[in-house]
Amino acid sequence: MQIDITLSVNGERHALAVDPRTTLLDALRERLRLTGTKKGCDLGQCGACTVHIDGRRVLACLTLAAAVGDKEVRTVEGLAAGDALHPVQQAFLDCDGFQCGYCTPGQIMSAVALLDEPCGPNDDDVRELMSGNICRCGAYPNIVDAIQHVRSTQGTRG
Amino acid sequence: MHPFEFHAASNEGDAIALRTTHADARFLAGGTTLVDLMKHDVERPAHVIDINALDLARVTEEFGGIRIGAMVRNSDLAHHPLVRDRFPVLSQALLAGASPQLRNMASTGGNLLQRTRCYYFRDVASPCNKREPGSGCGALHGYNRIHAILGTSEHCIATHPSDMAVALMALDAVVHVRGARGERAIPLGQFYLLPADHPELETTLASDELIVSVHVPALDFARRSLYLKVRDRASYAFALASAAVALDMTGGTIRDARIALGGVGTVPWRARAAEEVLRGRRLESQTLQRAADAALQGAIPRGHNAFKIDLARRTLMRALARAGELS
Repeated sequence: MQIDITLSVNGERHALAVDPRTTLLDALRERLRLTGTKKGCDLGQCGACTVHIDGRRVLACLTLAAAVGDKEVRTVEGLAAGDALHPVQQAFLDCDGFQCGYCTPGQIMSAVALLDEPCGPNDDDVRELMSGNICRCGAYPNIVDAIQHVRSTQGTRG
Repeated sequence: MHPFEFHAASNEGDAIALRTTHADARFLAGGTTLVDLMKHDVERPAHVIDINALDLARVTEEFGGIRIGAMVRNSDLAHHPLVRDRFPVLSQALLAGASPQLRNMASTGGNLLQRTRCYYFRDVASPCNKREPGSGCGALHGYNRIHAILGTSEHCIATHPSDMAVALMALDAVVHVRGARGERAIPLGQFYLLPADHPELETTLASDELIVSVHVPALDFARRSLYLKVRDRASYAFALASAAVALDMTGGTIRDARIALGGVGTVPWRARAAEEVLRGRRLESQTLQRAADAALQGAIPRGHNAFKIDLARRTLMRALARAGELS
């Protein structure tokens, strides 16, 4: 059985007929060909599929596409303005915040959301709020550096 | 994942009517437990009723306490000024749970109903009396390091995984539910069922009932409260042992106390005997030890989880000592 849904992703609306079992992650990757969002564990444990819904970071693998409704989804493809990278994307490059890169879109989406969340000033505060994104290469120190770099240039909330 | 029919409920009445019509249905809130378990084929509902559009996402002050709508997300509740100010134990418990992404998704009602992380429950190839009544318990003589030591039975030793519910248990929260026959209020202490002979029955919620809100009654001394969680890694892990404590102090003497333990019980574990030990006593190490002994009385180790008895005792003693140092 298929149901008709509309997904609003990175400012574009898409009408889709989906099996109700389709997760937002599979709809993004398999139907909309937005493969920047990664499938890691597919069980809500690794954070590779982190996207924003109405500005809040969530896990696309545990979100049913049919339950998104008219909310706005933002993926890693929606961060840059043309060739101008988002400051967090640039900071990951500048600080070498990755190795294999598989977890990176999720790390970056988490980091962008973190900038608008209550977060203390210290590295440990950032580590705590990034704990939902696992990096098997162990790039954590540089990921923290990248985030702290952006926070120090933008001013932090908290 | 088994096929299901998807329904979007527009209001409470609609949601309850759908649930009444479809016997084999589940409500979908944040989805962090339900969708996960559907992927494991542990949950196989024929109907999924999406309740995300319901107008149940407000936190309001009520007689000095707070009323929490069932759809208030864990992150919003944790950072709400009323919660941070009056019930720090609740804010801390929420922030000790899961990850920021999951806290943005998980709802208050869903958190109360989250299912155990027992490996055998989550693996449909294993025996599990909770998932498949009568099939046996894989954990009892299996790998049971994360399992419960309090409230267990010979049929189930699965740990209740929630942090939030432990804090709410210490705060005497009341769950407000609505079903086809109307509304009722269930004190959290009467909400969860011990596994006993029927581990598949986890709460006193009827199948057509929807959690609409949770009321946390006023408790002045809850300003002196905290949540201490001990786990295998610094963050993003379930509790091996945790303690929610609130102390009413005058000078160095304890007038009253609230204590609940997590990570060690088959349900969020209220430790009234330990509270009784503390009343009228000074906050001294000997008293803390007696309270911890009282809290763990009746604990049954099952092999790999024997360490939890000492761990829970020490977690509680440290939590109480820290609470005593709060101004």
